[in-house]
Order: sequence, then structure tokens, then C-alpha cells
Amino acid sequence: MYDVVVIGAGVIGASIFRELTKYNLKVVVLEKEIDVAMGTSRANSAIIHAGYDPEEGTLMAKYNVWGSELFEELCKDLSVPYKKNGSLVLGFNDEDMITLEALYKNGNKNGVKGLALLSREETIKKEPNLSEKVRGALFAPTGAIVGPFEYTIALIENGVMNGGEARTSSEVIAIDKKEDVFTLTLKDKTKLECSYVINAAGVYADKVHNMICEETYRIMPRRGQYYVMDKSQGDIAAHTLFQCPSKKGKGVLVTPTVHGNLLVGPNSEDIEDKEDLSVTNEGLDAIKDAAKRTTDKINYRETIRSFSGLRALSDREDFIIEEDKKVKGFIDAAGMKSPGLSAAPAIALGVVDLLQKKGLKACLKATFNPKREQIRFMELPQEEKQALIKKDHRYGRIICRCENVTEGEIVDSIKRPVGATTVDAVKRRCRPGMGRCQGGFCGPRVQEILARELHLELQDIVLDRDHAYILTGKTK
Amino acid sequence: MTYDLVVVGGGPAGLAAAYEAFNNGIESILIIERDMELGGILNQCIHNGFGLHTFKEELTGPEYAERFIDKITDTSIEVKLDTMVLDIKEKTIYAMNPIDGYMEIESKAIILAMGCRERTRGAIYVPGDRPAGVFTAGAAQRYINIEGYMVGKEVVILGSGDIGLIMARRMTLEGAKVKAVIELMPYSNGLNRNIVQCLEDYDIPLYLSHTVTQIIGKTRLEKIVVSQVDDNKKPIKGTEKTFTCDTLLLSVGLIPENELSKQAGLQIDTRTNGLVVNETMQTSNEGIFACGNVLHVHDLVDFVTQEAQTAGKYAASYIKDEYKKGTSVKVKNGKGITYTVPQNMNTISKESIRVFMRVSTPSYHQKIVVNCGGKEIASFKKKTLLPAEMQSIVLTKEHLAAIEGDITIYLEEGK
Amino acid sequence: MTAELKKLTCIVCPMGCELQVDEKKKIVTGHTCKRGEIYGIEEVTHPTRVITTTVKLAKSIYPMLPVKTNGAIPKDLNFKCMAILNQVEWRAPVKLGDIIVKDLLGTGIDVVATRTMGLKK
Repeated sequence: MYDVVVIGAGVIGASIFRELTKYNLKVVVLEKEIDVAMGTSRANSAIIHAGYDPEEGTLMAKYNVWGSELFEELCKDLSVPYKKNGSLVLGFNDEDMITLEALYKNGNKNGVKGLALLSREETIKKEPNLSEKVRGALFAPTGAIVGPFEYTIALIENGVMNGGEARTSSEVIAIDKKEDVFTLTLKDKTKLECSYVINAAGVYADKVHNMICEETYRIMPRRGQYYVMDKSQGDIAAHTLFQCPSKKGKGVLVTPTVHGNLLVGPNSEDIEDKEDLSVTNEGLDAIKDAAKRTTDKINYRETIRSFSGLRALSDREDFIIEEDKKVKGFIDAAGMKSPGLSAAPAIALGVVDLLQKKGLKACLKATFNPKREQIRFMELPQEEKQALIKKDHRYGRIICRCENVTEGEIVDSIKRPVGATTVDAVKRRCRPGMGRCQGGFCGPRVQEILARELHLELQDIVLDRDHAYILTGKTK
Repeated sequence: MTYDLVVVGGGPAGLAAAYEAFNNGIESILIIERDMELGGILNQCIHNGFGLHTFKEELTGPEYAERFIDKITDTSIEVKLDTMVLDIKEKTIYAMNPIDGYMEIESKAIILAMGCRERTRGAIYVPGDRPAGVFTAGAAQRYINIEGYMVGKEVVILGSGDIGLIMARRMTLEGAKVKAVIELMPYSNGLNRNIVQCLEDYDIPLYLSHTVTQIIGKTRLEKIVVSQVDDNKKPIKGTEKTFTCDTLLLSVGLIPENELSKQAGLQIDTRTNGLVVNETMQTSNEGIFACGNVLHVHDLVDFVTQEAQTAGKYAASYIKDEYKKGTSVKVKNGKGITYTVPQNMNTISKESIRVFMRVSTPSYHQKIVVNCGGKEIASFKKKTLLPAEMQSIVLTKEHLAAIEGDITIYLEEGK
Repeated sequence: MTAELKKLTCIVCPMGCELQVDEKKKIVTGHTCKRGEIYGIEEVTHPTRVITTTVKLAKSIYPMLPVKTNGAIPKDLNFKCMAILNQVEWRAPVKLGDIIVKDLLGTGIDVVATRTMGLKK
């Protein structure tokens, strides 16, 4: 019997899960995929918004500003790449300049610190590669960039280190409730019992909700496509560069990533299929076109990957963070469109608070350890590198030549709690294959290391999910 | 650690360069190779066709490599395998391996021979899903030839360069069904011989002026859509064909691997994506030389060897303080020529200089003309010029004597 | 008659001449050199190919040994050759040039190792 079951190991579920492991509770997070951070959390803009955008008084405004304040410390505790690079919303015409002023005022109401309206000169001084046409900008010094899947994975790992349980390949197919006890049935027919259910199932949150509750909202995925550029383009922008939100939409952003690449996107397409992560020529061309307003300095020949992510929009305006009116103990944390990632740490606090208000008895544990370490070899000082290779020679062998990832780090990513079992899971944890050759050289080596460490045959290792087999068998 | 010469890369370029430097009197040489063995990409190129120029016989990749590895073994040249060079600053090389750990290596001269890498799906924007089953041709080649694993059963290959064609035959021989080779250009980028012996022999259709416009498959590849393209290489609506397949191999070009060169601050040529060198294969920094696919992508290993020998010879003269400096002229590419290597040359006291180049489109009955200040100083008749085949001309002492400034190389009708 | 003309692309040089070969009369047209003519006739009368592939290898750093036929074999034996080599299991150490299959399918051609492979340490 669990106190709380969290459904969904994306950034929202992971944040709530880890927060719950601070207490004397029996907690489990269930993920239908083979790994955590497999939905929206693995494909998004990787940005911590300052919080000037959402309308004052909304949950989005409250949790965004609060969450963004919590991020830096959390990332430090969890060894997650994070950089407070600041963001600029750019104005190109009179209408934009009015919008910037409105955003500035809204941001101040929301409690965003340090906002400033910049002149054209001040803007160009900050970002010399901007288009000539820029007229001014809203500067938000608290805007930041983060590794979103690294962050989600770290939360889950830390939760497990603190006594929580995380189960992957565990899709919930039915939820029942008798008296005060929920019974969850998994795809493999396993049953779990608990007192509270947190629904953080991302684009499938409506489906999970409707397993036991009456329909109160719908999730309609909105697809966004992106370009990832080689590190050669990484210093085109230092800040995250937004365009003014207008009637036509939010506009595309151009931003450096925490790893030194440049990210350009997203577009915005409402789609039906909750698994449709395809990219299209039209989508990518539209992004390229739109990004030209911001800067014409990007060399798209240096693209190393394009990808799509789905944002879990609901038919409501705001985040859905509430207990179901009829099914007591069933709590939704859903409709997490942007700024869902930025808001996640605060949402976790909010949900735990809500649980306590709804009767969950939770005492803080003295043993909770907020720290989680991860070695990133190339970032170590020289002497530590030398010492580490001496201790474990596998840190002396580079497997990924583009990102300089060592065998030691790859083995570590497999051995950790909720360790990697797929080639992409290793990639999300320590980056082999993230670089310009996209795993052409290191993919087979990573696969070999996985097979060796997990005692499997080479052909049993999949790319990213069940049935995504890489090899069909031996040649002879 | 200190050496006279450090060679970065133990593939065909690095091996030949190191051996040539040794033969020119340099004994303190280190080859750094990131793989577990010497030979580079040749080890997985088990097909034949290598060495016709160098050894006057037809060898397979591993055989070609082994000839040079054997030569190296009999010398004082040291080799560090499983070793990655992380950075180069001036003449200091920062490298790492599991046994020696982190190393700082001082060298009087450096030869860069890092080779190239394959262009990926990201670089060519193939729209659609992201399933397993999409491989670069080279990655598939490694799985099949070195590891002994098949990557799929029903295969389509995008790109008709030689690697794509070789893999079409290789996968067919290993029991896969290769359904088509798709080429964006109106002509193949592979050798005729490979089109005949890798495709026609096995009735594999080649679709010219076509490209892959959709990848379909949520987990493993299931289908691809292929469309014909117009003169601007844009897909033509209504020409879509669907192929059921579990594997798509990409053979869509190679890119010189110059991240280290960039870190070292060396000048890169935007036409080749390779290093800028002069006739001695010296880069923009004195004492740093380069050869092979790190300069420009070759189709014949024999030319790599030739270039490497030049680099090795002049690196040796640099180390011995016999390297003659002088003013350089620029080699520019004109009509019909996409690039030249070297990009600069110092013509003083040279017996001859070989210039490599590629043409932009298939052309027949042409002259490669070398022009200096409006004066034609040399011309070379060529019956057939294909983009897939690197061309080379040799400028003799007499030609060189006539060079007084920058030269331009271009094509001219020449029956 | 045209029905007996076989069309070929010449592979002797990069020109890639389109040859037409009269199988019966052994007459080649479309060639621009003597070597092309010889190729045309040979390719029609008895086409041959060198096969390069791998065989299983035990006790070495890699599980496969690259091999080749040390001369060209009739083209229609390609898959028979593969079938035989798919059954071969070799053991390290092996030296470049070691004969793996002698007199393949009665052709007088041997299959040889194309690299040296030491024992796994």
C-alpha cells in the first residue's frame, strides 16, 4: 500500500515525486515508457522563463516566477547544467514596443525581478548579431537555460536515493477506488494500492483522469519543431532571444543551450496524434523564415538535428492543479503548457501542500539528502581528471568524440538508480551522440557498453523504446 | 613527453605521412590514434579497389592498411592507440588514454590526419518520424563488417556515392533486399564500375533526381516516401512513391573533421570544409601540416597517400630546419572547378607541384587551364570530368617558372 | 538483330561509354578504346567478379575476418560463394593471405584472409 502514486515521470511528475520523498511516505512514480523524461520533457525549448508572460493572478504566473527562483539552487544540488543567461524579448515595430511595455508591467505585477526596457543601442550592445531592424527589448536577467531531461532524470534519481520507488515500462491501464483506497492496474496486470493519485501524465493526462473521474478537461497536443545547431553557431546569441508575442503567435526563439549549441524554434501546430513527433519541411522552413527577424547570422548548414516536441495544452486557459471534485484523493497536475518546465519546482511544492490540505499526513524526514552528484569528466580540473583515470581507467577512454564523453561516464549512467537501458537513455544522461556526428561513431560503442554492463546481446539493445531495435541479428 | 613529430590520426594519411617523415631522417615520431588499432576507416572497407596507383595492384582496404602498418612496425615510430587528442595549442598536444591518463605532448612539428565524418540526417533535413533503422552508410558498414551484425532486412539507400553503392552490394550479399538507391542529383556520385558491379549486377534500381521526403515509423522504420525533384532539387508533388523498408542508409556526403584544427586556430577553406594548405601541405600555422580527408574528401586512397608523403617530407624538412619559406601565390578556382588543394603555393625551387581539384558538373572534352595574370601557363586536356572523381594536374618546373602572381584554374571547351 | 545486342556501361575508365555487344558475332560498338572493346566481349561471354566478404572468426579482438577471392570468379557464383563462406568458422591467429577456402567451387580460385588478426589478449 503506497501513500502516493505519481503517474508520469516527466518533469512535473518527477518534481512532485522528489518533493514527496522529503517526507515519511511510501511513494512510487510510474512511467509507461522504457525511460523517464520521454515526453514533453525530452523535447522542448530548455528554457526557464522569468515569468513576465503569464497573466497576473493565474497559476501560471504564480508558479512560473516562484519556480524560476528555485531552479538555480536545485540544479546545483542535483548537478544539472543550468545557466542564468538572461532573456530578451525583441521589438521590431511600434506595435511590438507597446507589447514590450505591457509585458514589462505585467512582469512587475507578477513579481519578476530586474526587468528593464532597453533601447536599440542597449539591446545591440548585449547582442551584436541581432537584425538591424530591432528597435528595443525587454530584458529579463532571471531568464535561464537548463538541461531539461538531465533535470528530470536527476529528480527521479534523487527521489529514489531518498527512498522513493520509480518504475518504468509501467503503463497504468485502469484505476479503481473502493472506500479510501485506489487500485491501479498496470499493463502487465500488476496491481498497486494507494491513498492518493497524482496525475502528471502529460499529453495523456485526460486519458488517465477519465479512467476514474468524469471528464473535466481535454488535452490537445501542440507540436513544436526545432533546429539544433552545431556549437560553431553557439555564440550567435548569449541571451535567450524571444520575439514579441503577437496575434500570429509567440514567434520563434533563438537561444544558446547549456551545452553550447544553438536552438532555433519552435513553430506551433495543433495536432491529433499524441505520438506524432515528426518534423516537416513546411514547419522547419517557417521557423527559418521567422528566425530571420531575430538574426540573419545563423548558418543552417551547421544544423545537427531537427526534432519535434509536444506541448500538453488543455482546453482551459491555466494549469490544472486540483483535486477532482468527486474522486477525492485524485489530484491532477495537468495542462502543463509553457511555462510548465519553469514552474515545475513550485508546482511540486504546491501539490504537496494540496495533498496535506486534503488529509495526507506527512512528516519531513531528517535523512533526506538533496544532493545528487554526476561526474562530467571534461569539466573537471586537470588533477582531478588524472586522479580519476588512475582510479578507474575507463575515464581515460573517450567514446563520444564530438562531446568528449568517456566510457566511465557511460558506465556510470547505466549503473545509476533508474539507469540507462537504451542508447538514447545514455545520450540523455551523459551526451554521447548529441554532437555533430549524431552517434555515427559512438552509437555502436555505446550499444556495446550497454550490452556488456546489462549482460545482454548486442542486438537486444534498442534505440529509445520497445521495438525500436537497431540490429536484426548476426550476419552469419 | 617530447617528440620531433606528432601525427594525429593513424589512418592511411597519418601512416603514410609518419613513414615518409621517418624516411626523411626523423626518428622521434608519435602517431596518436583514437581507435583500438591503426588503419582508420580502411579496416571496415573490406571491398577491393584500393592501391592501383600506389602498389599497381588491386587491394582491399585492410590489405592496403596492413602494408603501411607493417612498414611502420619496422621503424622507431611510436604509436599510442585508444588515445584521443583533446586540444592543440601552438605545438603542444593535449591527449588522453586509459593507461597514460592525461598527457601534454610537446612536438617540433605536427601533422593533422584526422580524416572525415559522415553527414547525418540532421544535416540534410529528411522530414518525418525518428525511428530506429536510419543509419549512415559508414555506421552500417562497421556493424556488418567489423561487428558482424546486420542492420536490417529491407533496405533503401539515399545517396549514390561510392559508400552507398558498396553498401548496396554488401547488404545484398549478406541476404538483405536492397530495394532502391535514391540520388538527388541527375547523375550518380559514384564510379561507373560501382554502379555496374554493385547495382546492376543485383538488379538494384537507381532513382536519379529523387529524394526521400518522408520517414515513417514510430519505433523501427516502416516506410519511406520518395519523390522526384525538379531542377532546383525541390520535391515535385504527385511523384511520391512509397517503399516498405526497415532500414534507410544515408550516404549523403563526408565532412572533413576539423574541430581540433579550429581549436588550434588554423585557417579553414569554406569550399572544402578542410584546412587551407600550401604546396608542402603546411597549414596556416608554421610547423603544422595536414593531409588526407581532413583537407578535402578523397575518392581514392592513393591520392591520400601521395598527399601524406608530401606532408611527411616537408614536416621532416621543417624539423631539420631546412624548410624554405617564401612568398606564396593564391590558387583560385574559376569556371567549372569547385575547389583546389593546395590553396596557396610557393613556387620557388620546387621541381613540380601537384594540384588536386574537383569539377562542379559532369563535363566532357575540356581543358583544365591554369592562368596567371591573363596568361595561360598550362593546360591539360581531359576527355571526361566527373564531380565524383577528383582530378589532379602536375605543374612542372617550367610551368612554375611562369607563375608571377595568383593563379586561377578553370575549365575551357577543348576538343 | 537488335534483340541480340546487349547494352553495357563500360567500367574501364571514368568515361563510362555505353557499349552494345552482339553476343553471337562478338562485335562491340559504342566503345572509344581497345580496352573497352575487350571488356565488352568478356562481360558478355564470361563475366567475372572478385568477391569480398567476411567469415566468422573465433578468439580474436573482432568476431569477423575479412576475406576475398584471390581472383575473379564467374559472376553467377556470387551467392554460392557467399553460402560456402557463411559456413566457415576460422580461428585466430590468422595472417593476411592465409588460404581460408582452397579452390572455391572448382574455379581454381582460393579465398584468402585480407588482414592479420592476432589472438585476443
